[in-house]
Amino acid sequence: MIAIPAWNESGSVVGVINEVRRWAPGADVVVINDGSTDNTELLARQAGAVTISLPFNVGVGGAMRAAFLYARREGYDAVVQVDADAQHDPEEIPALLAGLADADIVVGTRFHADSTYRVRGPRRWAMTLLSRSLTRMAKSSLTDTTSGFRSAGPRAIDLFADAYPAEYLGDTVGSLTIAIREGLVIHEVPVTMQYRRIGRPSKSALWSTLYLGRASLALVVQVSKKDRHRHRDVVT
Amino acid sequence: MTATILAIATSLITLIFIIVLLRRGSLKEKYAVLWLAVASAALILAVFPGLLRWITTSLGVEIPANLLFFITIVVLVLVAVQLSYELSKHEAQIRRLAEEVALQQEELRALRKRFEP
Repeated sequence: MIAIPAWNESGSVVGVINEVRRWAPGADVVVINDGSTDNTELLARQAGAVTISLPFNVGVGGAMRAAFLYARREGYDAVVQVDADAQHDPEEIPALLAGLADADIVVGTRFHADSTYRVRGPRRWAMTLLSRSLTRMAKSSLTDTTSGFRSAGPRAIDLFADAYPAEYLGDTVGSLTIAIREGLVIHEVPVTMQYRRIGRPSKSALWSTLYLGRASLALVVQVSKKDRHRHRDVVT
Repeated sequence: MTATILAIATSLITLIFIIVLLRRGSLKEKYAVLWLAVASAALILAVFPGLLRWITTSLGVEIPANLLFFITIVVLVLVAVQLSYELSKHEAQIRRLAEEVALQQEELRALRKRFEP
């Protein structure tokens, strides 16, 4: 199952669905419409995708938990997350799926020898801090902890259907932290990404500094949470 | 003397207001209990100003008003934290409901498609 969280992505969602079909012909495509105010949902359905439409915007983390919940109920044994803004290259999907043979989660990393992906300033410090901390926790190399291009196997699907965090950075860093604490195996494969074809322009220095602060806070909070049950949104 | 009347009147009005809200059902017991306790305490202190002076001296605080402000701030901070806690819980619950609604909607669509060719 290919999960595409989409929030007002009517400009790119159809292209992404078609590209995904091309590189993963056997997979079901599920678009999680995260409270879009445009016609993202209609376009996705017309393009042949299953659509899960959240009544209001809950963020990537919330959208992905709905996706994992759906995957668990429908009995899928693998979920690949692909962003709707066309920054992820669906050509890499087979590599992400193949990696699940000996891992529960496979993350597509933008940092590798052939990559042209560069970040600078506070954003870079934040990413370095996060990857060092998570690498130490996971005891396996994690260079790109904020990558949203990843795949999940059955154990990860089961965990994430209950506990995919919706906080800021929860969808990337937080979900990895939870997975590590549950003893899941996380691997990385190198991927290339297409940057900002449609998405937002680059960030200001202030924004980057805030990002560093929030990233650190998110990490500390995630690490200090006690056990799996704490990750769940317990409904009493 | 006027100050005492003002204090008694204010705490009485608050107390009555809380009871009215409670009877109308627009305030849940778990929140009302706290406000009833606060309003009652204020009323008692207003009727017996000597009580506040006595507590102040026993605690080694110099000015009664300062003790009153201190207690008020502590109570209000605790209430604010409690409300944030409740709000977080509700956000989590609403999110769960949103996910459930979305999944049910999809299932309904799939079912409808199967039975209406």
